[in-house]
Amino acid sequence: MSIEVAGVSKRFGDFVALDDVDLSIPTGQLTALLGPSGGGKTTLLRIIAGLETADSGSVVIEGADTTGVPVQKRNVGFVFQHYAAFKHLSVRRNVAFGLEIRKRPKAEVEAKVDELLRLVHLEQFADRRPSQLSGGQRQRMALARALAIEPSVLLLDEPFGALDAKVRKELRDWLRRLHDEMHVTTVFVTHDQEEALEVADSIVVINDGRIEQVGTPDDLYDKPASDFVLSFLGPVTTLGDHLVRPHDIEISRYEQAAVTVGTITRWTRIGFEVRLEVTPEDARQPGPVLVSLTRTDATALGLHEGDRVWLRLRPGAS
Amino acid sequence: MTSTAPAQRRPARFRPALPSTLTRASGLGLGISMLWFSLLVLIPLCAVVVTASEGGWSNFWRAITNAQTRSAIVLTLEAAVAVTAVNVVVGTVIAWVLVRDRFPGKGVLEVVIDIPFALPTIVAGLVLLSLYGKDDSPLGINVANSGASVYLAFLFVTLPFVVRMVQPVLEELDLEVEEAAASLGASRFTTFRRVILPSLVPAITAGAALSFARAVGEYGSLVLLSGNLPFTSEVASVRILSAIENDNPEAAASIATLLLLVSLATIVVLDLLQRRISDRG
Repeated sequence: MSIEVAGVSKRFGDFVALDDVDLSIPTGQLTALLGPSGGGKTTLLRIIAGLETADSGSVVIEGADTTGVPVQKRNVGFVFQHYAAFKHLSVRRNVAFGLEIRKRPKAEVEAKVDELLRLVHLEQFADRRPSQLSGGQRQRMALARALAIEPSVLLLDEPFGALDAKVRKELRDWLRRLHDEMHVTTVFVTHDQEEALEVADSIVVINDGRIEQVGTPDDLYDKPASDFVLSFLGPVTTLGDHLVRPHDIEISRYEQAAVTVGTITRWTRIGFEVRLEVTPEDARQPGPVLVSLTRTDATALGLHEGDRVWLRLRPGAS
Repeated sequence: MTSTAPAQRRPARFRPALPSTLTRASGLGLGISMLWFSLLVLIPLCAVVVTASEGGWSNFWRAITNAQTRSAIVLTLEAAVAVTAVNVVVGTVIAWVLVRDRFPGKGVLEVVIDIPFALPTIVAGLVLLSLYGKDDSPLGINVANSGASVYLAFLFVTLPFVVRMVQPVLEELDLEVEEAAASLGASRFTTFRRVILPSLVPAITAGAALSFARAVGEYGSLVLLSGNLPFTSEVASVRILSAIENDNPEAAASIATLLLLVSLATIVVLDLLQRRISDRG
């Protein structure tokens, strides 16, 4: 196990950021800390890095107890949401910073920096200032800078949070490929469930200063340990007495053994997907049921707004 | 695009002029600013230089190499340089304390910093005289009629410049940048020297230039305390006044021109220095 967090608690005044958290993060994996804002995930990451000290508990990195070790000595790479670039230094000098401080020979620094700049596709921008780069390029520079010191763990705090959707998607894929090449133990914080599901080997769901569930993306999506995890990892709707995913509902215009009968009151098309709101006839149902299906299916079933439909859980869905 | 195409066809010795962004309204604005600037600054400055040059090079030279004048100029410049150097260090420290530390009385200190700025200089002179004057200094310190009084007065009036220039820049500094440096292994000192200081250098330099310029021309706050003794505590501005009083405007203009040149040179040198330091990192 690469990172062992045991019994870590942290309060800010009256606010409990972390409440007796235990967590093991295996070596060489890409782990996501996922949760709503204010849930404590960034605090946990900063405690692992040594940027914040826990009120109680211990942090062990690669077998060494680092609880009282200052951030300078922990040899962790940290990437910030807003890049934290050294504005007065060129891209090259930004990446070289950690090595220059360690007083490595010039030739070695040069070689290492060139290699990293190639890795993050910034060779041609080496002599620019960070202010001349786009957000995505700046974040790649920050990543190269963190990797330069050959950290035992790489920690990223909402690394793509400040970028627009398209760049975020690109960087996400790119981070995954980079991790597959480098195999450095990586932990990243995100509030975006799609990002976590897509990139991470394992996901730690954190809410209210506590860990809700740890598992692979499939585990979490298919076997959520709580309603919170279920609702945080994707859309949910209430069918009968159960919380279910809208795409796990079977919909038909013909009478069938159904949980709920209702009328399609809203029809939203988003690309290939169609989202329906079905208002149940049974007054005990709290509100409209959300159903999502592909456009092709919707056409094949001959559905229209205003149709009376029968809903039931798709066979095989939990 | 159409405006740059003919520019490219021009022979190389003509530098293609930057396309003007002036509209009718902004042209009027530029005209007013230039007129204002000329009336208030450029024309009086030229007048001083012209007056200084009326007696020719030899008269100019004689005026500024007069033993008493030279001594006054040397004292003024020495004190201005020393005081500016002190301000660079102390001013940065004060700004740091005001921005980064929380303590009771911080709000009061914020206001007090500006007092040397807001106080009429002659009032500042009175304050200094009553504290450090000859007869009744409550502190038992007597610097009246000595060279030290000049340093003291300069220090008093130039205190806010570096503080007020550095403070906003320091407030804007991103704490995450310092955390990034720390995570890369930089100690507090290394972080300050290699990350924080380079960001502050332009502000420190600007503060230093203001502080120096103010010191070179200071008059009101020191006349009472220094006693204006020739060869001991007489400064350049007092020399200019006495030259005028002795009906010798050429000598006055000569000293003024010299001070002007020194101030200009200082600003240029500080700017070059600042560029080099912030580039080096």
